[in-house]
Amino acid sequence: MDVFSDPLNRQAFLDGFAMILKLTAASALLSLLLGLLLAACRVSPVPVLRALGAGWVHLFRNTPLTLIITFCFFGLYSAMGVKFSDDIDINNYWLAVVGLSAYTAAFVCEAIRSGINTVPIGQAEAARALGLTFAQNLRLIILPQAVRSVVAPLGSILIALTKNATIAGVIGVAEASSQMKQLINDNGDAAVEIFAVFALAFVVLLVPVGYGFSALANRLVVRR
Amino acid sequence: MRFTRMAAIAAVAVLAFGTAACGKDEPATPAGGTPLTSKAAAGQLKFGVKADQPGLGLQVGTNYEGFDIEIAKIIAKGLGGDPAKNQYVTTVSANREPFLQQGTVDVVVATYTINDDRKKKVNFAGPYYTAGQDLLVKADSTITGPDQLDGKKVCSVTGSTPAKRIAEKYPKAQLQLFDNYSKCVQALSDGTVDAVTTDDIILAGYAAQDAFAGKLKVLGKPFSSEPYGIGVKLEDKAGCTKINEILKAAVADGSYAAAWNATLGKSGTPAPTLDTSKLTNCPA
Repeated sequence: MDVFSDPLNRQAFLDGFAMILKLTAASALLSLLLGLLLAACRVSPVPVLRALGAGWVHLFRNTPLTLIITFCFFGLYSAMGVKFSDDIDINNYWLAVVGLSAYTAAFVCEAIRSGINTVPIGQAEAARALGLTFAQNLRLIILPQAVRSVVAPLGSILIALTKNATIAGVIGVAEASSQMKQLINDNGDAAVEIFAVFALAFVVLLVPVGYGFSALANRLVVRR
Repeated sequence: MRFTRMAAIAAVAVLAFGTAACGKDEPATPAGGTPLTSKAAAGQLKFGVKADQPGLGLQVGTNYEGFDIEIAKIIAKGLGGDPAKNQYVTTVSANREPFLQQGTVDVVVATYTINDDRKKKVNFAGPYYTAGQDLLVKADSTITGPDQLDGKKVCSVTGSTPAKRIAEKYPKAQLQLFDNYSKCVQALSDGTVDAVTTDDIILAGYAAQDAFAGKLKVLGKPFSSEPYGIGVKLEDKAGCTKINEILKAAVADGSYAAAWNATLGKSGTPAPTLDTSKLTNCPA
């Protein structure tokens, strides 16, 4: 533990994981909202919206995340001039959040759509018979049941998102894996130790998330 | 000193599986020779080189080319071997010491800065070139030195020494980090960043690439000193001294200048004069 007894190195480690949490928090929220919207599109009666939802899912789910995030920098920012801040660090952070959210939303959408399939068709038919519109039907009857049945898969997506946040390093966001690289470059003889500490930190961070979501899924599941 | 994305993985893999490589058979050393001369005679010299630095060590298909490669050829010839039989192994900054210690390579010529920490693990012949950190900017840029970087966007590679130096000495510069210099040069040419920084010799290699010819310039005012050495095993003092003799001979007979002119010299920079009195890093 020689490397981590240096306060500067310990700070680098903590900063890296703080950045992972910040990336994960913003992207989780945005991708959940966007994923819900996309799922609504995919089951909507409007063909254009269905095509939009399906197009988004197929495009982002099948593109490597490294490419998406690199595109956010060189395409969105460099070429198209989409800019969030004059500060390079804040700007890169939000560009990474955009990339992570767009990518993760595709998975959230598909999880929720599979949840919608668990709601018996009779529920939707009854709601229609009562005169609810499509939006009311979705919001009041279907989505509350659908989301409760996919809590566990959403947990898996959140875990994947946390690990994927390390890819933000390709556009210079100082997240955990970038900090690890810096530390290994400065302390080449302790590479294994540094690697092990970072890997273990991810496990320590994510194992409780997995258990938490399992427990939550058991409590929330709609028993039929 | 440089760092790529694979380095972390490679370093761990090397250290974790390194013990497996320890029992490798060494060719018998004839009297009066060194392990390096006998390997050279057998055509088994293995050089650790960079694969991603234009002008220095660049892999093109299965071949390697650049100034470091030419230096490796001079060394092989000087050791009595056939330069055409040289074997090249791609190294990244983090695995150069382990590769030497475990015998994966015999000699490292890979933009390898001599410093005291590294001297405890390997022997350095040379320096065969002294690089310095410099700035690459657009041809029409108004930046003339590192003290004008306040508020400017400077690009370098994650985890590299030049990036660290900018963060420590010029904290008002905004540092953009990528996993390789090609992306930095791309961002510079489309105007997203104002400057790219690393060793002048590496920047010169990028500036000399056809795609950027005439559009980018290296300032030519280095603000650090990076003496590039030739790494050999710590036990091999004779080999280290021998390589220094080879370098001296190469300067005298012009093959050093020829190596430069065939590679980095193409960017228009004349061959540096190598001060052979400074080849003093080998332990006595």
